[in-house]
Amino acid sequence: MTLTEKILARAAKRASVNPGENVWVDVDILLTHDVCGPPTIGIFKKQFGQDAKVWDKDKVVIIPDHYIFTADKYANRNIDILRDFAKEQDLPHYYDVGTDRYKGVCHAAMPEEGFTRPGQVLFGTDSHTCTAGAFGQFATGIGNTDAAFILGTGKLWVKVPPTMKFIFEGEIPPYIMAKDLILQIIGDIGVDGATYRAMEFAGDGVMNMDMEGRMTLTNMVIEGGGKNGVIEPDQTTLDYVNARTTAPFEPLFNDPDAVYHSVRVYDSAKLEPMVAKPHSPDNKATVREVQKTALDRAYIGSCTGGKLSDFVAAAQIINGNELRIPTYIVPATTLIKEQLKTETIDGRTLWDIFEQAGCHMGEASCAACLGGPSDTFGRLNGAEVCISTTNRNFPGRMGSKQSAVYLASPYTVAASAVQGTIADPRDYLPVTV
Amino acid sequence: MNDVIKGKVFVLGDDIDTDQIIPAEHLVYSLEKEDEKRYYGRYSLSGVPDDQSGLPQGGIPFTPQDKFESEFTVIVAGKNFGCGSSREHAPFSLQVAGAKAVIASSYARIFYRNAVDGGFVIPYESFDDIRAEFSTYDEVEISKELNTVTNLTTGKTFPLRSLGDVADIIEAGGIFEYARKSGMIS
Ligand code: SF4
Repeated sequence: MTLTEKILARAAKRASVNPGENVWVDVDILLTHDVCGPPTIGIFKKQFGQDAKVWDKDKVVIIPDHYIFTADKYANRNIDILRDFAKEQDLPHYYDVGTDRYKGVCHAAMPEEGFTRPGQVLFGTDSHTCTAGAFGQFATGIGNTDAAFILGTGKLWVKVPPTMKFIFEGEIPPYIMAKDLILQIIGDIGVDGATYRAMEFAGDGVMNMDMEGRMTLTNMVIEGGGKNGVIEPDQTTLDYVNARTTAPFEPLFNDPDAVYHSVRVYDSAKLEPMVAKPHSPDNKATVREVQKTALDRAYIGSCTGGKLSDFVAAAQIINGNELRIPTYIVPATTLIKEQLKTETIDGRTLWDIFEQAGCHMGEASCAACLGGPSDTFGRLNGAEVCISTTNRNFPGRMGSKQSAVYLASPYTVAASAVQGTIADPRDYLPVTV
Repeated sequence: MNDVIKGKVFVLGDDIDTDQIIPAEHLVYSLEKEDEKRYYGRYSLSGVPDDQSGLPQGGIPFTPQDKFESEFTVIVAGKNFGCGSSREHAPFSLQVAGAKAVIASSYARIFYRNAVDGGFVIPYESFDDIRAEFSTYDEVEISKELNTVTNLTTGKTFPLRSLGDVADIIEAGGIFEYARKSGMIS
């Protein structure tokens, strides 16, 4: 069996499972946030009764992140609903807005808090829940009804997905980031190329990445239609997780005779900096093909492109340069925001580098990654063209239906911010030994 | 159970994502309070680019902006319908607008699952891309028993894939009703 099949088999208390089978699994963690939490709670109460208790309060994680810094009264009411529910159910893992527990984007906060445990099953009411697969967890997005069902029962049915394997052989060139790998893959297979399947990433190109790079890969499997993304856990994984939780978990691995739906092998040395052109994540082009395209804005943030390593990369290029277009910096979590103020390049903090270059500095949250209420930080409210480290560029995703979004790596976005048009990072990266 | 779904058809393209089905800025309304819930009907499919909305001519809103309900009962679309976010608000908004079924050549997984488990709309799959055989406003009829859709305006009938494993959940009306029927929950 593949890693995904083995996790599902164990969670279903079965010796083995086959792709295509429907099985009922025990859930280890249920994640929800401020957009889908309130309707999930509504369904839970309607179905299980006003006084019903969640199946296991230690397994419920609620991280508000989407509509936080807004005056929208309905958005703020959603936070109130979460707060009341956490109190009523006495939930230990609620990260309230306006307190020092507040985290920011759930998928970046989950690993920080030690909820991404190898071998376990995580469901979340957000499609990018698949991010946690970087830790060798089975993790996938679900809707409110399914989440409410889990809240009451701790179980859910899943169809076992066949696994597509993507192997990157050889060292990744220094100007290439994980985002380039995943944009290449999605461009190759299309936005529905992995529908109903697991996407596994392997090879020394992947295994030499740190956890943040791996998370960028698994974050975007949903943009290929994938059900879950997964990477076999190794020492890097275990070191990361063990440093953040004492909760027990048992990693699982691929069997040597695992059967894959398909295997694709990439030569890392041949990779190019990539973009996804408007309005679809599979609308691929190399940066060279679209360089000098006019831009109005650059945006660095989100669960996929607002991690510490993403800002380190961007700062390497921005450091000491003037920016030609408005550039927005949105750390995914409050911890990352703190790290921006302590991490340095050439003796200057990342925060100073960005601020002195004139970047607009935002608070940890989803912000304009999904548009949101019209007063959302960085939102595209008109016909702007934006280059962004986020994960989706569907029509209107970052705000106005008139806007257009190019997706790219933090290197490419930073180089483009300096040049004012789409730029290849190879032309801007400081020469290193 | 009523064996037939009959009404006007609304035709869309490929890769209709959840931001097009219900733009993120509208996700703030309550899904339970009647006076707010109806906005999901008003803004259903409001993110579709104008020239793609109501094919082949385009420029047709699914729900007029002064109304809360759509006059269309069935949606016909191409591949990968419902891709993007996990928001259950998407199939919910189609149901609130008054749609009963979607026919697409394929679906994104989470949308499909949400449509079924929440009992919002029936997600039928066509064998081929049959969009060219339908114009927005045509009268259509889906036979649940025969798994077919007929364009009553042209008189042509097309087969649909059987609902397979999930037919029982759809028949029950959603995952909760299904689990009660099968004794999983009380
Ligand atoms: S940052 Fe963007 S992609 Fe990530 S959870 Fe928030 S809205 Fe979704």
